[in-house]
Amino acid sequence: MTDDTNARIDALVKDNAVLLFMKGTPLFPQCGFSSRAVAILNHLDVPFESVDVLQDQGIRHGIKAYSDWPTIPQLYVKGEFVGGSDIMMEMYESGELAELVQDVKTA
Amino acid sequence: MPMAADDIAAMIRAAIPDADVQITDLAGDGDHYAAHVTAASFAGMSRVARTRAVYAALGGRMGGELHALQLTTAVPA
Repeated sequence: MTDDTNARIDALVKDNAVLLFMKGTPLFPQCGFSSRAVAILNHLDVPFESVDVLQDQGIRHGIKAYSDWPTIPQLYVKGEFVGGSDIMMEMYESGELAELVQDVKTA
Repeated sequence: MPMAADDIAAMIRAAIPDADVQITDLAGDGDHYAAHVTAASFAGMSRVARTRAVYAALGGRMGGELHALQLTTAVPA
């Protein structure tokens, strides 16, 4: 990964309280796992930004190294890596995800 | 090249010897799986750390050969 890509990812992660790296867009997800991640965030009614990794090969590969995580989607909340869609679903079902984004919703 | 469910389970057990691995072939096509991995050694580890341990067991196949693997982890009750 180039330093430039790393810096771009770093800025995205730090500038967006809830950020989803995904395949496609929230309206047109291009993968079932990304679709599930969007559905969870929509259920929580939390505002979020997304990055379509299919539109940016640098980020598509760079994010895997940045997060030390081999798959997309990837969720970041307040600059911290949360996980992929399976972890999001577990945390949604347990209520932890709602708690994590609570102050983002009310901000 | 898709992986067989038994191969996936064997790789996870080889790296995490106390793991109980349940694999479901979601689509019946040998390519879309759900794995549930339960291991006492996961105690005290975050979800991210547990998942990374399983991904490491799969030796870099996640995101490549293994695209569609749902993965959940747990500590024995």
